[in-house]
Amino acid sequence: MSILLGRSPDRPSSEAAAAHTGSRTTRILGALTLAGLVGLGLCAFIFSPPDSRPGPEAGTRIGQFDAVRLMYVHVPAAIWTYVALGTCAMASAVYLWRRSAWWDRLAHACAEIGVVLCAITLLTGMIWGRPVWGTWWEWGDVRQVTALVLFLAYAGYLALRSVPAAPQARAWRAAIVGLGGAVLIPIVNRSVEWWENRTLHQQSTLEELRIEDLTLFTLVLGIFVMGLLVLWLVVHRFRLAWLEAEAESAGLQAALAERRAEAAEPVAAGAGEDGAGEGSAGP
Amino acid sequence: MREVLLVAAKDLRIELRSRVLLFQVAPFAVATLVLLGFALDADRSALRNFSPGLFWVAVLLTALLAAQRSVAVEHAGRAADALLLSATSPARIFAGKALALAAQLAVLEALLGVAMVVLYDARVEHFGLAVAAAAAATVGIAAAGTLYGVLAAPMGVRETLLPVLLLPVFAPVLIGATRAFGDALGTAAVNGWAWFGLLGLFALVYAVFGALAYGPLLEAEA
Repeated sequence: MSILLGRSPDRPSSEAAAAHTGSRTTRILGALTLAGLVGLGLCAFIFSPPDSRPGPEAGTRIGQFDAVRLMYVHVPAAIWTYVALGTCAMASAVYLWRRSAWWDRLAHACAEIGVVLCAITLLTGMIWGRPVWGTWWEWGDVRQVTALVLFLAYAGYLALRSVPAAPQARAWRAAIVGLGGAVLIPIVNRSVEWWENRTLHQQSTLEELRIEDLTLFTLVLGIFVMGLLVLWLVVHRFRLAWLEAEAESAGLQAALAERRAEAAEPVAAGAGEDGAGEGSAGP
Repeated sequence: MREVLLVAAKDLRIELRSRVLLFQVAPFAVATLVLLGFALDADRSALRNFSPGLFWVAVLLTALLAAQRSVAVEHAGRAADALLLSATSPARIFAGKALALAAQLAVLEALLGVAMVVLYDARVEHFGLAVAAAAAATVGIAAAGTLYGVLAAPMGVRETLLPVLLLPVFAPVLIGATRAFGDALGTAAVNGWAWFGLLGLFALVYAVFGALAYGPLLEAEA
């Protein structure tokens, strides 16, 4: 938990206004992520071979060719979509139980990152589908369709969060939507198995272990690097949400202080006038 | 149970007096079916084949209006505060409102069913399955609609926010009910009773979830 905040949420300080979302830990994490992304790019685009096998006829070759490189982004993004949105649902459930703003902000941060990852999964899947399946969108692919429904459900969650409301009421509503949307996560994840005869989507790449050598290494590296990236993004988003809340609270306190000062001003001014009147009438 | 029926009767009485369901929602439902017919180029065989899906799309769009209406009557004049002050448990208020919404949807589905037979030339082969699937789907839609309705109610953007929140949640109902109706109408070779099971599970999950979550949401609104 300390990695998310860097300092205790119970001790909001005057440094909040000047604070930023980085820390020594996140800078190390960010450097590791950047190095991992460079390594992944090299492995995915230069070192790993394209998917190409001898075809049934002599002299022909079949396979996904360079389109297979999309897998190094698509599969990790899909896996971390489940993790991020699953964490959002879990944090929402804990919020409903404990009513702690910490869990609400974690749910919010995970939902934002999860929606972005889900969009990346859908986009890379569509780009991959065009050369391999011959179409951008395949209604016969249950996972593609259910993933879109999952994306829309959590886009709705973010829409709900963007509507101005009292922080606690908004957190309650968001937690219920975040938890309700979790019903879709196992449906998306298991759809390939449940609708086996009704989907074009291939079975789990890692469970089947139909890939090996550098391809497998690059895929595992992609999952690891994407995990680092997600953690880095969630930490920053979480801290940003915390600073936003503190800034909002500080702004409210400042506005209240201003109103109080304005309310006190006429009395003081009035007293001054009275005093001046008395003084002028004296001699 | 008496309190549940009282809350449901209150909502139904409001609908009977205001006639919004009869004069606004029902024509909208039938107009949706007619427009979907135009969209498929009024091809009779295509309409018959796709009638289960078209029927449930029309039901879900209509359910959005009915759910918004169900919340609007509590939001206007802060009637929800009076409900809370009546000391009725929020779970019972939820059950009563969901029951009233389910009853309204059942009436609309009966109307849409007749329109589907007339306009799309649909033929019901397994009446029991159709009724059971419609009942399970209606309970699920009413429970989810009531829960998400109160969730979006106090926000100034209810009309636009509720569809964004509800339509993805309705997706499993649309899939399950379309499959079950496909079997009941003889347009799809599937086991409709298995899909009825999915609809029942959805209804159970949202009924329990709604009963638990409704109270805090209502109090947050008050």
